[in-house]
Amino acid sequence: MKTTAVLKTIMETLKEELVVAANGRVSREAFALKDRPQNFYMIGSMGLASSIALGLALTQPQRKVVILDGDGNVLMNLGGLPQIGERLPPNLVHIVIDNETYGSTGSQATISRKIPLEKIALASGYPVVEKVTEEKDFKLALERCLEKKGPSFLLVKVEAEEGPEGLPRVSHSPVVIRDRFMETIRRGVLQYAPTLLPSPATGATNAKTF
Amino acid sequence: MKAEEFLNLLAAAGYDFFTGVPCSIIGDVILLLEKDPRIPYVPAVREDVAVGLAAGAYLGGKTPCVLMQNSGLGQCLNALTSLNLIYKIPSLLIVTWRGYPPKPALERSEGADKDAPEHLVMGKACTKLMDCIGLPYRELSPKNVAKSIEWSREMTSQRQIPVALFLPRGVLQ
Repeated sequence: MKTTAVLKTIMETLKEELVVAANGRVSREAFALKDRPQNFYMIGSMGLASSIALGLALTQPQRKVVILDGDGNVLMNLGGLPQIGERLPPNLVHIVIDNETYGSTGSQATISRKIPLEKIALASGYPVVEKVTEEKDFKLALERCLEKKGPSFLLVKVEAEEGPEGLPRVSHSPVVIRDRFMETIRRGVLQYAPTLLPSPATGATNAKTF
Repeated sequence: MKAEEFLNLLAAAGYDFFTGVPCSIIGDVILLLEKDPRIPYVPAVREDVAVGLAAGAYLGGKTPCVLMQNSGLGQCLNALTSLNLIYKIPSLLIVTWRGYPPKPALERSEGADKDAPEHLVMGKACTKLMDCIGLPYRELSPKNVAKSIEWSREMTSQRQIPVALFLPRGVLQ
């Protein structure tokens, strides 16, 4: 499976979901395939996409939040997985594109070749965990992870490829990325109606869902 | 000042999302937060994860506050410089000040109250680190707590960057 094909399927499937995209290839691909205000391209702070997304999912419980992560990022902040498992935000979908390399720095090996990240996610308390190795299975697995009550974890094993030199860098400034992302949150689109949590319509505050 | 009063000042200033890693200096504040149904507190596994959680909460519309010991400040440098400062994502950092540098007169005296060895280097460096990366900070004292919290709100909303309040032992009871 190729990274670009996987991200193309993801970007075509997403509707109004908020996306936090990890630095490196993942952000660049997402930007090149489908730039949208709902994408937060995390160009630095490697490892923290899952933690930023958790803070977001907890404070925006009525919106679905998708993390586009990589194996190097997940391994750099492995504590981020139990951090999510402890809070169990049902509106969080964690997709990890695992090419077993640090793709942006010349494809040096990560340790995910030997370490099964999906088992770590399972042990961390994610109620939905899937691993996909064949392209034909990916779209359905993605749809299941987007539909089920999460947090869900989808590990996608892809081929290691040449670095992302051919891909454009994200051309928006960080402040522009922030501004349009926050604006789209303020506008608000209800795309996820949690059944077990207080509805915003009842006047309950977000804080009570913690 | 009592931990409860400190927390009430933070809540009254508008801080409505808390996360962090404990230190004995703010241990009671965190125990109160864990029980407080008004204010969400997410116990973080590491200080930079707390900074990330707070950044996400800010994007989601909250006014976040991160609690940590100064030993965790080094962990946060990449998050602060390559996330908060470039995206302009504010947070209040309450950083407990272990290894608080003794005053020169005290340093010479026999009974100078020194902290454990692991805190001494960061105790001297922590405010300089803030200068290096350009984060505004203040040192809390028993007399300036309310004013400093007010200042932090003004700074975070005007400049949209994190600010630190350093908290030595003895300010909170």
